[in-house]
Amino acid sequence: MTAFLALVRKDLQIFFGDTRAVIMAFAAPILIGSFFGYVFGGNQNKKESTRLEVLFVDQEQGLVTKQLLASMQQDANLEVTPSALEPAREAVHKGKAPVAIIIPVGFGDQAARALFGSGAKPEITVLFDPSHQVEASMVRGILAGQMMVAMSSKPGGFSLPFMTKDEALTARVGVAYNSYAHSFGGMAIQFMLFMGIDVGIGLLLLRQRGLWRRFRAAPLSKIVLLGSRAASAMLVGMMILAVVFTFARVVFGVKIEGSLPGFIGVCGAFSLMTAAYGLLIAALAKTPEAARGLAILATLLMVMMSGAWVPSFMFPSWMQSFTKLVPARWAMDGLDAMTWRGLGIEEALLPIAVLLGSTVVFGAIAVWRFRWEAD
Amino acid sequence: MLTAENLKKAYGSLQAVDGVSFRVGPGEVFGLLGPNGAGKTTTIGMLAGLVAPDSGEVRIAGHHISGDTSPQKRRLGVVPQELALFDELSAAANLTLFGALYGLSGAAEAKEQDRVLTLVGLADRAKDKVSNFSGGMKRRLNLAAALMHDPQVILLDEPTVGVDPQSRNAIFDNLETLKAAGKTLLYTTHYMEEAERLCDHIAIMDHGKVIATDTVAGLLRQAPVSSFVLIDLVANDFANLVEAAALPGVVSATLSGRQLRLGVQSMGDLPELLRWLLSHGGEFEHVQTERPTLETVFLHLTGRSLRDA
Repeated sequence: MTAFLALVRKDLQIFFGDTRAVIMAFAAPILIGSFFGYVFGGNQNKKESTRLEVLFVDQEQGLVTKQLLASMQQDANLEVTPSALEPAREAVHKGKAPVAIIIPVGFGDQAARALFGSGAKPEITVLFDPSHQVEASMVRGILAGQMMVAMSSKPGGFSLPFMTKDEALTARVGVAYNSYAHSFGGMAIQFMLFMGIDVGIGLLLLRQRGLWRRFRAAPLSKIVLLGSRAASAMLVGMMILAVVFTFARVVFGVKIEGSLPGFIGVCGAFSLMTAAYGLLIAALAKTPEAARGLAILATLLMVMMSGAWVPSFMFPSWMQSFTKLVPARWAMDGLDAMTWRGLGIEEALLPIAVLLGSTVVFGAIAVWRFRWEAD
Repeated sequence: MLTAENLKKAYGSLQAVDGVSFRVGPGEVFGLLGPNGAGKTTTIGMLAGLVAPDSGEVRIAGHHISGDTSPQKRRLGVVPQELALFDELSAAANLTLFGALYGLSGAAEAKEQDRVLTLVGLADRAKDKVSNFSGGMKRRLNLAAALMHDPQVILLDEPTVGVDPQSRNAIFDNLETLKAAGKTLLYTTHYMEEAERLCDHIAIMDHGKVIATDTVAGLLRQAPVSSFVLIDLVANDFANLVEAAALPGVVSATLSGRQLRLGVQSMGDLPELLRWLLSHGGEFEHVQTERPTLETVFLHLTGRSLRDA
């Protein structure tokens, strides 16, 4: 036990003595998590959601079109600004506005006739930036709804035969979605996996620096030698998660809305898996140089498929299924479940089981393939 | 104390060690001398239990090293050829760690740390980071780290590589202190001067085999000459080198610039040789003699120089 603890202490001393490693492990996920969290909506309890900018070109200036403009300006999702045609076209072309709507002359009368089936339908042109197709579709939908509202202001007009009530299913009623919860979890996962690479490379460097000869000459079991490295990596991993989520809590109001034991369980299981991942890198690579490039590529792929950068629900359906083979995906889902989704510990059990299973598989391969002999 | 019997180890088609045997007693320094690639480090690896031999066995005080946690490993201290230290940590932190690998902690560890730091002359640098040490200081700490658990047998793999003469002498002094304390030292080197100075017995290795083993004096007796005579000629046009080499009692003759080097079987032949030289165009201005070295023995046994091999 003396040797085991001394080896763990040594790893922690070296880690915390390396400013670059500490910054990469703690500051980088906070910085990048803050950026992604802000981009993906931030804490919706604290601020208004981002409104989509739309340019409105009214070539008719009639009663209906003015009513339509007023209706659209009432929509909470849109920031509608009147514009002339050419400035609107130029703004969309240059990417300064994602969408512009052009209402033609004669629209009001044609639309009224078309509504009752006796005339040709007028044509509204929607100019959009090709990189904002989703937003253009959203504007078309809102436009259709608001058009009915505008037309219904005419005598004998219609209105939509239903209303919608939006409810975001977060942890509970009154708790808004906080995208920082996802982004901080994702970045913690990414930088913990990077730390796993350092664990593997560190073991390979021991061999290169002759330290492995010293360790193997001592009366130590393989379990002590590799287990101590895994234990120190797990401790650092837990510290990264603790620091990152504490920062997210204090600065961005990210809360563990679900089960705290479940959250700790997912964090612990992922930390263990990261440690085993590091051992696996050390076992499969022959030199630190060979390990670095391949391990970084594998790690980035794993992070990408985990949904750490963009939520996995944005993936194509086949990819959503496929990425369940990636252990980090389970860590991400588990952290989401325990934070902003506010789910109970039962939803953490499967992610924890998958992560622990991955730990066993990675660890077994590492022990099997590890070169125990000193060079 | 340390016995190696018929150790063999191959890596693929390369027979790194081929039937190496020797015994080293308490208070004795045994040298493995040979060029790079002779199999010295692999032999040390097998002695330390780091490399599993294909055949043969190692015994320490009559016991085999069996398994990772063999208690016999506590009798062994290994000084690797590399500077096997954590540069990021202080000297004291390194020693605490390497002591802990053998179960040392608390007051016992502190006592051993003081002892080894004093031995290698680094007691006043204990708290300094190793990265701030000179190469020689790192070498001394590399030795100290292997001594924390007070092993009876110390395996030293080229422990003076790349150090300045002052640090080398300091390490030699440390090793002589250990020898005087009754420790068993096995020392690999490709520096013949080190082997001659330190070792009681030497095994000369080449291509994985021990090609000669004896005391230093015994090995030197295997040299084909008893002395070398170095003669500085007045002129550089000496033309009778072949005749000089064929003189009775002369084993070898080489000419480098104005210096003629004759290997002779007996110093008694020297006056006659010098008279012959004067009468054959070899007027000289200075004569000195040199005894043969282990380099001479290696050259004689292998046909190659230690440094060139």
